[in-house]
Amino acid sequence: MISEDQKRRVNLPLFNDKIAVGWPSPADDYVERSIDLNEYLVKNSAATYFLRAAGDSMINAGIHNDAILIVDRSIEPTDGKIVIASVDGSYTCKRLQLYPKPRLIAENIKYPPIKIDKKEDFEIIGVVLAAINQF
Amino acid sequence: MFALVDCNSFYASCERVFRPDLKDKPVVVLSNNDGCVVALSKEAKKLGIKMCDPWYQIESSYTKKGGYAFSSNYELYADISARIMTTLERLSPNIEIYSIDEAFLDLTGVNNCQNLLDFGMQCKEIIKQWTGMPVRVGIAPTKTLSKIASYGAKYYPATQGVVDLSKSERQKKLLNLVPVQEVWGVGRKIHKRLNQIGIRTALDLATIDTKYVRNNFNIVLAKTVRELRGESCIGLEDQPSAKKQIVVSRTFSKKVDDLKTLEEAVSDYAARAAAKLRKENRRCLYVSVFIRTNPFRTQDRQYRNSGITRLVAPTSDTRDIIQNAKKSLRAIYRSGFNYTKAGILLSDFYDDQIQQYDFFYPKERVLYSDKLMSTIDKINKKGLPPVYFLAQGIKRKWSMKREIQSPRYTTSWNDLPKVS
Repeated sequence: MISEDQKRRVNLPLFNDKIAVGWPSPADDYVERSIDLNEYLVKNSAATYFLRAAGDSMINAGIHNDAILIVDRSIEPTDGKIVIASVDGSYTCKRLQLYPKPRLIAENIKYPPIKIDKKEDFEIIGVVLAAINQF
Repeated sequence: MFALVDCNSFYASCERVFRPDLKDKPVVVLSNNDGCVVALSKEAKKLGIKMCDPWYQIESSYTKKGGYAFSSNYELYADISARIMTTLERLSPNIEIYSIDEAFLDLTGVNNCQNLLDFGMQCKEIIKQWTGMPVRVGIAPTKTLSKIASYGAKYYPATQGVVDLSKSERQKKLLNLVPVQEVWGVGRKIHKRLNQIGIRTALDLATIDTKYVRNNFNIVLAKTVRELRGESCIGLEDQPSAKKQIVVSRTFSKKVDDLKTLEEAVSDYAARAAAKLRKENRRCLYVSVFIRTNPFRTQDRQYRNSGITRLVAPTSDTRDIIQNAKKSLRAIYRSGFNYTKAGILLSDFYDDQIQQYDFFYPKERVLYSDKLMSTIDKINKKGLPPVYFLAQGIKRKWSMKREIQSPRYTTSWNDLPKVS
């Protein structure tokens, strides 16, 4: 998917000055380069997967229902990172807390934290680097 | 020194990447038209399922036992394969992609700075963490021995999926445990002949006289013998050799007996083949078509035939290829048979930058054709509803059944895995 997307990149030229209309544009010399969302959001394409958020459990972290999550499996999940974890056979997106006790914390008081210190069927899949909410 | 990195039941493992609930559950993947089992997890193997088992025979008992089955999802498998290969390229500067789920790594120099077994373990863990796929690693001084090492990693769980055969004592120990037919390059015929002269294990093969092998078998097997002894004869092929032909063939979802439907199917395969040809920057001079009935239905009348057409000039224009494919098809078609498969083969390739123009195929025609085709390819790459030729049909009732396919998790915005 990522490689396909890189082929499909949207090229937006970044000018550093206004263009004079009707004049052979002197700004042409100053076209910097195009910017690419993949370059900005994806650090390691082989290890990056896109997932879709369902529900409002992470609403206070700015992750809305239907947001696209950019998940990098190659980044070390440290305390405080938003992660994708596999808990009892399904994937969940929560904030990782390692101290004093390892827990997965929702960003919405409606959802209680998930204790993970005694869970057997538990694995951290990757770290959420960004969420894209569409309006 | 070489390493072979090989995925454990690749298709079945791909189906698990976004389905953590399938961990330790039996999983099988079915061939086109959900015909038979083409991949299975070790849990499915434990239930007695074997490769090539017909799905209709095992379906009810297998699902009753809690097994899961999927139609082939090639989009997903190709995407995950590409991720694994990209990751391997970061670990070793020189790799050869051998198949969708296997790659050879050149480890020259690695043993100077790192223990090879540690390297293998690290390789396995990084692939697992980055892509979610389980792999095994076989390390050895030759490619043939690295295949043997991978065999050891597969069948002996104590290895944890990594075997280092850089030392000759270990090579001998494992070679003695591997049946000769498992050796890379030993086919069924050679296996039989080897058994006749009492060669049963890979070690037996490694110890026979190479002169004898050269005289009584062939030079390729002599190379295999030397490779088994640790003498590297086969290097990495870093440049994938250019394709010499392109085949697109499919089994129909149901029997087809009329020419019109066959024409539709053959035109569709022709269009797919032409698109592949353009992706390789090639033009072809020959278009062949084949059709056949189902050879396993012995109660039916049988027919198979193929036809070939030479084009006026090398082309990659879908219209030319469809037109000629239909011409060949009409020549070989006989009514009154139940056809189950058709296919198309393009051959005799030319570089698309070098073109001999022809009186009947002038320059303007070629330039116009190239422009039109590249526009079609561009539109179809966008992932929008594709543009196609009417000859390919609209309803395509003959096209493959893939009724229990998993979502295209990584290649379609609508199929992204959901997470709460």
